[in-house]
Amino acid sequence: MISYLEDVILQTVCRILIPFIQVYGLYVIAHGHHSPGGGFQGGVILGASFILLCVAYDINEAKRRMTEKVDTVFCSLGLIIYSGIGLICLVLGGSYLNYSRLGQVLPVNPVDARSIGILGIEIGVGITVMAVMISIFLDLASRGEHEEGLE
Amino acid sequence: MKLLALFAVCATGVLLIYGTVDMPDWGDPHSPASVHVSPRYIEKAMEETAVPNIVTAVLADYRGYDTLGETVVIFTAAMACILLMRRRRK
Amino acid sequence: MEFILTKYHYWIYIILMMIGFYAMIGKRNLVKKLVGMNIFQTAIILYFISTGAKRGATIPIVDHGQGGAMHAVNAAYYVNPLPHVLMLTAIVVMVSTFGVALALIIMVYRRYKTLEEDEILELRK
Repeated sequence: MISYLEDVILQTVCRILIPFIQVYGLYVIAHGHHSPGGGFQGGVILGASFILLCVAYDINEAKRRMTEKVDTVFCSLGLIIYSGIGLICLVLGGSYLNYSRLGQVLPVNPVDARSIGILGIEIGVGITVMAVMISIFLDLASRGEHEEGLE
Repeated sequence: MKLLALFAVCATGVLLIYGTVDMPDWGDPHSPASVHVSPRYIEKAMEETAVPNIVTAVLADYRGYDTLGETVVIFTAAMACILLMRRRRK
Repeated sequence: MEFILTKYHYWIYIILMMIGFYAMIGKRNLVKKLVGMNIFQTAIILYFISTGAKRGATIPIVDHGQGGAMHAVNAAYYVNPLPHVLMLTAIVVMVSTFGVALALIIMVYRRYKTLEEDEILELRK
């Protein structure tokens, strides 16, 4: 069980710092094309901002902001975005995950359609990795006991 | 027990260091890893995908199917933790 | 001397690998074994990335001007990107196995109330 140690400096600093960490995580996901980064790195930073909230405050405080039901939905949402983009490319006539076919529905040429497809799947990967980091941490920190079921 | 472990570790270490004699040098541009398919990825990534970051282009476009498998791996890890550990508090 | 200068990085990674390997088989606590596995995997990842280095080369991001001015790309000027890609997958696998192994350790603790390997083997008899 994570014990609740109330520390004013830690709580004040974390309250100011967590939004900036989340903006930085979104920046790393969005700039995966032009600088080192991408989906996995940005997803881990977003998950780490949430774990910082758990460490500085009580774990129930963090569970109020991201309940376990919503977190499990986010795990699947990222994978649905990834496979969904692949299926859209399949439906439009190309092979699975061949993003140049996206140029038939979007007003771009096939080379730029690949760039947009890469951005789409990186967003999906980022959402899944963030949700998985939060889910594994909540399971291990609370030793599995939680208030409501998953129905 | 610890002495046996130490002996096994030292023996493995000596064998591995003996195996590094044939390996490519540090920073060799003609090592086998950098010769066959890697120059094609470096030269054609920008004109085929319009993404300057070659690592992201290879990871998400040329090897996009492997990245899908890897996302399934991390999703499976979360599901394994959920199945192992969750129980409702009575 | 030339031989040491071209191969010393392999020896450093092998020493790190052997530290992790000793922790996996020589320690009795389950969590220490797990940390040893993590050190081992980290040494493997560093080893693979070091095989892609080139002398005088820079990171594998192509120079792109404003407005998409493209010029010819020389492959010897950029570090080999393929080990970086493969090691991103390896890092994700590392984190996944660490998370599932910690969950299994918590279940072992719930059942046997101890984390020492010899005490668990005694309790199973």
